[in-house]
Amino acid sequence: MLADWILFIGLALVAVGSALGLLLSKNAVYAALNLIINFVTVAVFYLTLGAPFISLSQVTVYAGAIMVLFLFVIMLLGAERLGSGATLPWQRPLAFILGGILLFEAIYAILTRATGAGVPDRVPATYGSPATIGELLFSVYLLPFEVISILLLAAMVGAIVLTRKHDRAR
Amino acid sequence: MVPIQYYTALAVTLFILGAVGVLIRRNAIIIFMSIELMLNSANLAFVAFARVREALDGQVFVFFIMAVAAAEVAVGLALIVAIFRTKHNIDIDQMNSLQG
Repeated sequence: MLADWILFIGLALVAVGSALGLLLSKNAVYAALNLIINFVTVAVFYLTLGAPFISLSQVTVYAGAIMVLFLFVIMLLGAERLGSGATLPWQRPLAFILGGILLFEAIYAILTRATGAGVPDRVPATYGSPATIGELLFSVYLLPFEVISILLLAAMVGAIVLTRKHDRAR
Repeated sequence: MVPIQYYTALAVTLFILGAVGVLIRRNAIIIFMSIELMLNSANLAFVAFARVREALDGQVFVFFIMAVAAAEVAVGLALIVAIFRTKHNIDIDQMNSLQG
């Protein structure tokens, strides 16, 4: 029980700290590295919540593929330090104040109104395993699964079309 | 097991940090990363509630959200590259005209 809390609080501090690092770092590459730390931390949260398949998908898809793409584009554009000038001086403090108010309200509402929902301490050993998730994906969620394949194909074609150099005259 | 509302509170915290990131940063790539942060916090809430209800549907939804996020990143980064080619800048304050 105590170990659960220590793990949760430690990981939560790392997650929030790396998110703040993403917000405040001047260099886009450091922001991307902070986001990778955040994704890996959330993957460990998934493990504690009994979702091993989702956790490892998170590491491969988010921390692996997506962030490699981000770092590639940052370095391709040389965009580490671009766009640092703030044009609206009041925007940054106002954003922090509004975000703080929203955070306070949300945390207050969640921690006071919600009754302690009983989280089952034990789940079946197959809960969240690749086999059970796969069974669900290919039976109940077969149609969304196929639609996702079309979506990925469309995204691939779209990315190629958008980044293609316009050689011919328009 | 930590009660579920703490997981929800953490997800909300990460979401709001992502929203603040969208508001305070002017670099389009960092704004895009903040959007990913928000998507990810929604995923955390999905998995936490799936654990409470002992149902796997939440985890399947997270799987779909990951696929959509991957597609979104591919197209979004392609857009950023295309904008950079025409404007040589990705400061979103400069992107105020629809015509390139």
